[in-house]
Amino acid sequence: MYARIFGFAAAAACIAMPVFAAVALGDAAGSYIIRPGSSSIHFSIGKLGGGGLDGAFARFKGSILIDNSDVGRSQVNFTIFPESVGTGQSRIDAFLRSDAVFDAADNPEIQFRSTSVKRTGDTSALVTGRLTARGKTFQEKFTADLGGLKAGTIKFHVTGKVLRSRYGMDVGTPIYSNVVDFDMTLTGRRG
Amino acid sequence: MSALPKNQTAGYGWTAIILHWLIAALFIGQFVLGFVMVRLSSQRTAFELIQLHKSFGFLLLGLVILRIAWRLGRPAPSLPRSVGPFERRAAPLVHLALYAFQLALPLSGWALVSVSVLEIPTVPFNLFVMPNLPLGESDTAESFWAATHWYLAYAGIGLVALHLAAALRHHFWLRDTVLTRMITASSHHDRE
Repeated sequence: MYARIFGFAAAAACIAMPVFAAVALGDAAGSYIIRPGSSSIHFSIGKLGGGGLDGAFARFKGSILIDNSDVGRSQVNFTIFPESVGTGQSRIDAFLRSDAVFDAADNPEIQFRSTSVKRTGDTSALVTGRLTARGKTFQEKFTADLGGLKAGTIKFHVTGKVLRSRYGMDVGTPIYSNVVDFDMTLTGRRG
Repeated sequence: MSALPKNQTAGYGWTAIILHWLIAALFIGQFVLGFVMVRLSSQRTAFELIQLHKSFGFLLLGLVILRIAWRLGRPAPSLPRSVGPFERRAAPLVHLALYAFQLALPLSGWALVSVSVLEIPTVPFNLFVMPNLPLGESDTAESFWAATHWYLAYAGIGLVALHLAAALRHHFWLRDTVLTRMITASSHHDRE
């Protein structure tokens, strides 16, 4: 009896999981507002001799628009507030907020506006867009993997590399790498 | 060659003289750099100057080790006969203290960067990664070594001032060779 129930549960799980994981981008069409509470924007900068400087932004906002007929016409926009940077070390946070790096007082927003979304698989896409920080704008690319779609909530895992020197934030190179690795989890709610 | 034994020569050789002035310039330069870098409003410039201070600190440590080895190999020349008994006893003590500060200052700086919770790598002149001393990092240890480095710096520069005043007194007041023999190598060493 118990064995039968467990067997059924296991079979149900096997069926349910792939359906959730394999949800196609086309099925996700709609407009979403990024929910900061269940999203995160982490970054990591490698250091000479190993290890790295890890941090995250606590405050950001954004939207994801997935085109019904053509995923390629989808849009991703987000704004990060660099004032909210956190590394676990208040002195490093103050340094990052200062005019040595973000100059958050004069440049309170870092913006990303997508210009093209190219499907690279059933659940993945390459998002190209314009990143603006400290008054400088450059084209950047991010990889987005659809993590799940459930009850009007969509989840993406977004990764990408940005060269900080282009935005006037080259302080500390080469001790600290010029490459900033972004690792974001963006959860959007249909709205 | 002179009949005097090596430790009884009248003057210093070029190696000792060059090391002396190079270390003197670096030591005073490091004091000024250290003083300025913690008082800047630009965090960017401060960061860069602190890295430069660390680079020069390791250069200084290397030169000081070389200098101490050189000094142990050939002790300082004897003082001119005109030097009185008090100075004759004080001079080696001040010199010993100067050597102790030359070593202790870069070492305490190394300890400071090793225990700092900021974990900023030390890469002298961007050439190679200098490993940290095996000391546990913590806020407490960082404050301790920062204070130690600070006190040593001020005491060290005070000692340099005393040493400089003594050298000038020898040259302008006593009119002996104590200062000039640290500017020009003695003929014995020239031939070596």
